[in-house]
Amino acid sequence: MNDTIANIANTAPAHLVDTPNLERPDDFYQALIEAHAPLQPAESHAFNARLVLLLANHIGSLGVLREALHAARPDTGAATDTAH
Amino acid sequence: MKFAQLGSLGPDLAGVDFQALTFDYERAPDHDLDATAQHPAVVVGAGPVGLALAVDIAQRGLPVLLLDNDDRLSSGSRAICFAKRTLEVFDRLGCGAPMVAKGVSWNTGRVFFGDQQVYSFDLLAEEGHERPAFINLQQYYVEGRLAARAAQLPNLQVRWRSKVVGLVQDGPYATLTIETPDGRYDLRAGYTVACDGSRSALRQLLGQESKGQVFRDRFLIADVKMQAPFPAERWFWFDPPFHPGQSVLLHKQADDVWRIDFQLGWDADPEAEKRPENVLPRVRALLGHDAQFELVWASVYTFACQRMERFRHGRVLFAGDSAHGVSPFGARGANSGVQDADNLGWKLAAVLRGEAPDALLDTYAAEREAAADENILASTRATDFITPKTEVSRLFRDAVLQLARRHAFARVLVNSGRLSVPTVLADSPLVTPDGDRFEGPAVPGAPAVDAPLDGGWLLAATRHGGFTALVFGEVAPGLFTQAGMDDRLRVVSVAESRANALAWRRYDARPGTVYLLRPDQHVCARWRHPAPADLRTAHDRSLARETTLTEACA
Repeated sequence: MNDTIANIANTAPAHLVDTPNLERPDDFYQALIEAHAPLQPAESHAFNARLVLLLANHIGSLGVLREALHAARPDTGAATDTAH
Repeated sequence: MKFAQLGSLGPDLAGVDFQALTFDYERAPDHDLDATAQHPAVVVGAGPVGLALAVDIAQRGLPVLLLDNDDRLSSGSRAICFAKRTLEVFDRLGCGAPMVAKGVSWNTGRVFFGDQQVYSFDLLAEEGHERPAFINLQQYYVEGRLAARAAQLPNLQVRWRSKVVGLVQDGPYATLTIETPDGRYDLRAGYTVACDGSRSALRQLLGQESKGQVFRDRFLIADVKMQAPFPAERWFWFDPPFHPGQSVLLHKQADDVWRIDFQLGWDADPEAEKRPENVLPRVRALLGHDAQFELVWASVYTFACQRMERFRHGRVLFAGDSAHGVSPFGARGANSGVQDADNLGWKLAAVLRGEAPDALLDTYAAEREAAADENILASTRATDFITPKTEVSRLFRDAVLQLARRHAFARVLVNSGRLSVPTVLADSPLVTPDGDRFEGPAVPGAPAVDAPLDGGWLLAATRHGGFTALVFGEVAPGLFTQAGMDDRLRVVSVAESRANALAWRRYDARPGTVYLLRPDQHVCARWRHPAPADLRTAHDRSLARETTLTEACA
C-alpha cells in the first residue's frame, strides 16, 4: 500500500517547472491583473500573500518551493534565459 | 517548617499552601568536619528540574545533596502547562497522580483571529493513554509535590539558604564553596548538576554563557480567580477586538485561577504594566466590565531563545533553564527541563555505581543539546508567527489566519506555539538502529508509547527504574539467560489478547517482537526475533560501554 502512495507521489515533478506550462497563458495573465484591479495596494499585497500560500500548498514539495523561492529572487531574473 | 515534615503530611498535603511555606535553615555538618566533606552527587537549585533530578537519583538508592540559595518554593504560578511526557516522568518519580488530580486536564485548543474562531485542535485524539496531553497546574503545586516526595527519601538531603559562591575543578571532583547564614564551607562533589535557572550562578562561576536570540517583545501575565463559564481549553487570540494588534492567551489552572497572557509590545513599561490599576482594565476588556474576579498575580516578562554551547563541563552538568531558554509558546521550558532530569538521572546513577563509563554522561549532553535545538527551533518559529518582526512577515501571518477560516491547509501553518512533545533521540550513539522492518511511533530513540496492558498501563509496568525488555508473545526459552541479562533487566510480557490489542498495534508487534527500553523508558533497540548477542550488544551500547559480548559468550 505504501509503495502505491510513493508511486503516486513520484509522478509529481521533482523540480520547479520553468518551461512553458500554463494552459492558456494570456487568459491567466488577464485574470491575475483583473483580480487586482479593484484592490488598493495594501489589499493587493494581502491578496498576493494569500495567493502564494494557496499555490504553495498546491505544489506541496518543499524542494520545488525552495527552487521557486530561489528563482524569484531579484538578482536571478536574467539567469533563467540561459538555462533554455 | 522542617523540610522532613513535608514528607509525612500524607493526605494533609492537599490543603498546603506551597507558596507560603518557608523551610528551616539547618547548619550543615560539613562546617564542623576536619576534612572537606565528600558528596558523590550534588544538585544545585530546588526548582522543578533540580527536585526531579534529586528524587530520581535518591530513588535509585544513591545519596544526593540538593542545595538552594532560598528557603521557599516558587512564588507565582509561572510554568503552568505540564505535558504528558512530563507527567509520565513524575509518575516514575512517585508524585504524578496527585498532580494530575489537582491539575486541569485539557486536550483542546482554539485559535481566534479578530472576533472569529479560526479553528480548534485536539492534542490527543486517541484513547488508550493513562495521562492527558496536558495538565495546567501552578508551578508551586508541582514543586510542592516533588518536594514532598523528596522529603520522603532519607538519602536525599536538602540544604536551604545555601548558595554556591565558588567552584573549582581540580581532580576527580569539583570543590564547591557554599555560603550560608553560618558562613562559608567547602565540599567536594563527584558530580555537580546545575539546575539553578536562567541566571545560573554556576554557569557564571565557570565563565560560560547561554547564547542566542533575545526577542523584542513584552508579555503581561495576569492570574485571576473567578467562576467562569469558559471550558478547560487553551484559547489563543490573534488581534482580538479587546486587545487590538496583539495576542492574548487564556488558560485555566487549579483552584479556579485563570492565566491570561497579554502581548504588550517592546515599548511597554514593565513596571507600570504590572500595577493593578493598569492590569485590571485589560482583564475587564476580555471578561466584560461587570465580571467578578480577583487578581492573584501579575508579572511582565521578556524572553530569549538561547542555550549553552555544551551542557557538560568536566564534572559539572547543566540541566533546565541554566542550559537552555525558550520562548513560552509551546510550554517547552519546564517540560524540556524535566526531560533533561529524566535523561540524566539514570546515567549519573549508572556511572556512580561503576556500571557504565564516565562517557555515558557525554551522551546526556549530546542528547539534550539536540533536544534543546529542537525546542529552540520550535519556539523561535512560534515567536516569529506571534510577534512578526517585519511588515511582510505580518502580512503573511495575517494571510494564513484569513485563509485558515475556510481552508484546512492553512490551519497547519497557524503557529500559536507547537506544544511540547518529547524529543526522539534518533541520532544518539546509545540507540541501535533498526535492522528489521517496523512501522509506528515507537522508533529507536523515542519514549515508549503508553497503551492499556493487562488491565493496567504499559508505562506503569515499565517505570521500575531499570532496563525493560518488552516481549510480545513468546520468545525462545532462555533468551535472556543466554544473553547474560537476567539481573540486568526486567522482562514485561505482552500477551496477545484483546485487552492488549492497542499495545500490539502501537508497537507494530508480531509474535516474538522484543523492545529494549532504557531506564528513562526510551526505546534503545527492537527486533522481530533477537538473538542473545543482539540484546547484549544493544544493552552495552545504551550504557556507552565497549561491548562485553566476547566474555558473555565465552
